[in-house]
Formats: sequence, structure tokens, C-alpha cells
Amino acid sequence: MAKYLAKRIFYIILTLFIVTTVTFFLMKFMPGTPLTNQAKLSPSQIHQIYKQYGLDKPLWQQYLSYLAGVVHGNFGTSFQFSDQPVSYLIGSRLGPSLTIGGEAMVVGVIIGIIVGSIGAVKQDTWVDTATTIISILGVSIPSFVLAVLLQYYLGLKLRLFPIADWGGFMYTVLPTLALAASPFAETARFMRTEMVDVLSSDYIELAKAKGLNKVGIIYHHALRNSLIPIVTIVGPLAVNIMTGSMVVENIFSIPGIGEQFVKSILTNDYPTIMGLAIVYCAMLCVVLLITDILYGLIDPRIRINK
Amino acid sequence: MENSKNILEVRNLKINFNTYAGKVQAIRDVSFDLQKGETLAIVGESGSGKSVTTRSIMGLNAPNADIAGGTIMFKDQDLLKKTRKQMDEIRGRDIAEIFQDPMTSLDPTMKIGKQIAEPLVIHKGMKREKAMAQALEMMKLVGIENAEKRINDYPHQFSGGMRQRIVIAIALVNYPEILIADEPTTALDVTIQAQILDLMKELQTKTNTSIIFITHDLGVVAGMADRVAVMYAGKIVEYGTVDEIFYNPKHPYTWGLLNSMPTMDTSGTELPSIPGTPPDLLNPPKGDAFAARNKYALKIDTEQEPPFFKVSDTHYAATWLLDPHAPKVTPPDQIIERQKHFAKLTHETIHSNRGKHIEEEEQL
Repeated sequence: MAKYLAKRIFYIILTLFIVTTVTFFLMKFMPGTPLTNQAKLSPSQIHQIYKQYGLDKPLWQQYLSYLAGVVHGNFGTSFQFSDQPVSYLIGSRLGPSLTIGGEAMVVGVIIGIIVGSIGAVKQDTWVDTATTIISILGVSIPSFVLAVLLQYYLGLKLRLFPIADWGGFMYTVLPTLALAASPFAETARFMRTEMVDVLSSDYIELAKAKGLNKVGIIYHHALRNSLIPIVTIVGPLAVNIMTGSMVVENIFSIPGIGEQFVKSILTNDYPTIMGLAIVYCAMLCVVLLITDILYGLIDPRIRINK
Repeated sequence: MENSKNILEVRNLKINFNTYAGKVQAIRDVSFDLQKGETLAIVGESGSGKSVTTRSIMGLNAPNADIAGGTIMFKDQDLLKKTRKQMDEIRGRDIAEIFQDPMTSLDPTMKIGKQIAEPLVIHKGMKREKAMAQALEMMKLVGIENAEKRINDYPHQFSGGMRQRIVIAIALVNYPEILIADEPTTALDVTIQAQILDLMKELQTKTNTSIIFITHDLGVVAGMADRVAVMYAGKIVEYGTVDEIFYNPKHPYTWGLLNSMPTMDTSGTELPSIPGTPPDLLNPPKGDAFAARNKYALKIDTEQEPPFFKVSDTHYAATWLLDPHAPKVTPPDQIIERQKHFAKLTHETIHSNRGKHIEEEEQL
């Protein structure tokens, strides 16, 4: 296991290096400059600013010096917020994003598993139809539409939760719900299909022949076997949440990195773009590593040899 | 046929399946007994209703199955009248089942020790350690080597034959009174088949379990069963002791089945088969369902269903050929050979209780 982990971490570092390189050069091809009021500046002033940030050097030199900085843990200073190191900027904004993203993932997947299982067990009844409709709605309603609906009904009308802003658990409820809709719906759909399949398999028949009751069959045999493909979709769902959170954070004015990412791209804030790209990539790598480990925990057939 | 030795009595069982196409009459008036400690083989081709019959005994028929009549008496209680909860208690404790494909009938994500111990936990409320200890004993009993180590292995770490041993261990862990084996060796290699059959026989003598053995393979039946029931199109068409069915078959369908079984003498020649296909049970034919495929069919076969004619105290066949008014027909050569063998068998045991079959032999 330790050997496997070491190997995986090596590959993660390799991935991060490639993503850093590709993003760095792609970013430089973006139109525009980091200067917001370029028209008002004289060429010598522009040159002065470029020199200050090292933007006057050849591209490969900029790349190498950035890479050297990253290796030493220095992600540079934001252009947009002067004197704010990118690592501090991301560090202070990662918390809220991880909170709502993580909550949405956990809530969505768990409820999805439950609802999908119920649909499968009550296959071809009105319960099944209802759960299918709910999950189709969940897939098709964009998170920003849901966010506004939640704000209006649960926030404004019923006054159950704060409409926006950040400051404690109650503030996370609405954004979490808005973000959780898509992982919930996807999980429920997959879970239902898979559970229906599993319930018609021979080992479930044998479990019935053992005299196990319906609850016992679901809990002891069907659930775990249905979870295997669910693990597969967890990775893509996490990516969805990362991108979805950019919009949702904006709607709920949450000081998260999603919002920051959008802003940094619009303003050609090179060090922030780079820093965030690396962070997103690292998060995705970690999610994929976790899913691969989960696979082994759930399915002994793909367990990694110690 | 009423007998105190009977552990299970199926009477006039009728089961229909409601499908989009209509009502499929899968089981059309089936009756049979199972005696304590015996092996009853139910033989027939696919779709003849073998599995549906045993599924009803287990109470595990598909939701669209409609039990249109009959009783299944087990310990003076009708299993067909039991609720699902009551059947949960009987399944795995009094009646257990072994399925066809050991590659798919074990939960791939559960350690086999736990799977074997499960019926103990369910039915006897046994604590984990005690159940696992008993599961270990069971693994040794069914011949899994290195059981102490392997108890924590998963199904994919075993071969097909070993998995079927595990399935047998699961079925027998509560020492059930009835074991239903639904084609337990069909999915296995021929060499492994023999091992599994030997194991089942060995365990049967140890546990005195009655076995209902479902198969379409007559070769397996010969070495395994005490009595044989031949099913065709949702009915039993002939039943008797294994010798009676193999060496003195009366129903033309049984003739066909035996003829299409390879023997030592069939090398080089083409293996005969039964022409045609089984009837559509959406609209079962009037009269004998086998008539359309039967070259010995009489006119009455297409008009009226044959009743069971008694051949001996233990041997009955539902064919008009046994009617006193029926013309004499000559069975296929191979069957005549078998009947000669039967005559020899019965002469050898003339002083035993088989002597009474002699009479029929002499008529042939």
C-alpha cells in the first residue's frame, strides 16, 4: 500500500508539473495585459511596471523563474491585490470553497445513494417514478437557477436561512443545497440502475434462499455491490462541483476561490491564475486518489496488493 | 402415495405467469412426494417447469407468478399459504437451495466465512465468533483445504469447483431437511462435476437431508437419484425409481430423453434427438402436450389428456400407450436394450422387493 501511495504521489507531482507548464504558456496567449488602465500609461511607465514584475524577460525565463518559485513554495504576488502573496490569497479563500464543496459532495452523494436505492427496491411503482423524476430534475436544473430559487423561497419568503454572505454553518446551507443537486441526481440515477441490476443477480437470490429479509439483503449484500460504479462517478462529480461553485459562490457572495478564479482570469492576474490552476489540479488529483482507494475498500477484486 | 416418510408433499400445483402476451401456464397440475433422506431428480428440458416448481417450494417465484391452485405440504403446513416473513424463517433453515452457477451465486464483496456463517446468524441468532467457528467446520466438511486461512478470502480467490463447495456449505450449514439443487453441476467441468456430486452424496448420508435434484442431464441422474420424475410442458409425465426410469421407461418422452443421452455404445453414430420444440404454454395443446413431437402418438393423444397409468407401486406414467386398449408399439432399439437390462436386473434381485416388476418385464 505504501509503495502504491508513493507511486501515485509521484504521478500526482508529474501531473501538476505538466499542468503548470501547459497552463503557463496557454495563459500567456490570452489577449490583454494585466494593466487595467493601459491607455493612460506612457510606454516607459508600462516598461517600468513590466520590469517590476519580471514580465519584460523572455517567456522561457519567466517560466523557469516561476517554476523555481513554486518549488520553493513561492507562488508570487497577486497583480490585482498588490502586496498580497498568491499563497495567502488562496489560503484565505480556500476554506469557504472547500466547506460548501465538501458539504455538497457528501450530502448529494449520500442522499443520492438512499434515494436511488429506494427507487430500485420499489422498482416499477409510483415511488420509483417519483425518484426518477426528482433525479431528472436535479440533473437538468442548472445550479445557478436552483440557487436563486432557494434564495427566494427558503431565504426571502420563509426566512429559514440567510440569503447570502458568509459566517457560520447557517450560511452554508443554501449554497450547499444548490451545489448538491447535481451530485445527488447523478448518484441517484446511477444507484437505481446499478441496484436494479444487483437485485436481479444470483447472489441476491442466494441471500433470499438463506432466509435473509429484504432489509438484510439490501444492507448486507446489495448496497456494497451497487456502490462500485458510484465510486467511478465521484471524480467527475467533484469536478462539476468545482466549476459549479464559481457561479454559486458569486450568487451567494461567498468569499471563495471560485469567485477569485473568474476575477483573476478577467484581469490577467497571471500569478493568481497559475496558483489557482495548480490548486484545482491538486484537488482533482487527490479526489481521484481517494476514489481509487475507495474502490479497493469496496471491491476486494480490485484491492491493491500490499 | 400418502406416506409418513414423506417430508414434502406437492399436490395439484398449478402456476401461471401473467405476461404481456397473456397467461403462461408454466406448471399444470404437478404432484409429487419427497421422502426423508432420498434424492428425487426432476428431469426435463428447459422451460418444462422444473425450476418454477422448486422456486414455489422456496417461495421465491417471480412477482408475476400466480399460484392458481394446489398445496405444498411441509411438516403439516402448506408452504403456499405462508407469508413472506414466515417463508424467510423456513428458507435457509429447513429448506435450502444450491444454484446453478457458482461463479455468480456468491457475493463478490463479502468474505466467504461470513457468507457461510450468515444463515446461522439469521436463523439461530448466533454470535459472530461461534458462527464463524461453525462456518470453519462446514468448510472443512465440504473439503476446502487450508480452511483456517481461506475463511477470510473472497469468492474471486476460489475456483469454480471450490465456489460450488462453498455454496453447498452455505446451504447445509443449518442442516436443512430439504436441499434443492438446481442444476448444481451444469456450470462446472466434467471432472469437477463428479467431485461435487460425490460430495453431495457423502453429505447427504451424513446429514440425512432429502434432496430435490433438478437437471436436464440424465447422466448425472443415474448416479445421484433414488427416484426420478420426468417433466414435460409443465407436467410430470413419468415417475419411478431410478432403475425403473432408466431401464423400463414407458413414456415416449422418456424414451426420447434416454435415446438422446450418449452411452458407451453410441460412439461413431449420430446421437438421436427429439424433433420439434416444446409447446407454447400460453395455449397448451389439448390432450397430451408431447403428442406433436411423438411418433408413437395415438389419435386419443390429441383429444384427451392421458391419466397416470400404474406400472408398479413406485412407477407411474401418463401415456395412452399404457391403456389396455392401446395398440402395442415397439420402442426404439436402445430402449429395448435397456428393458432387457432391466429384466436382468430384476431377475438378479428377484428375491428382493423389486421382484414385483418382473411381471411387466415378461409382458414386453
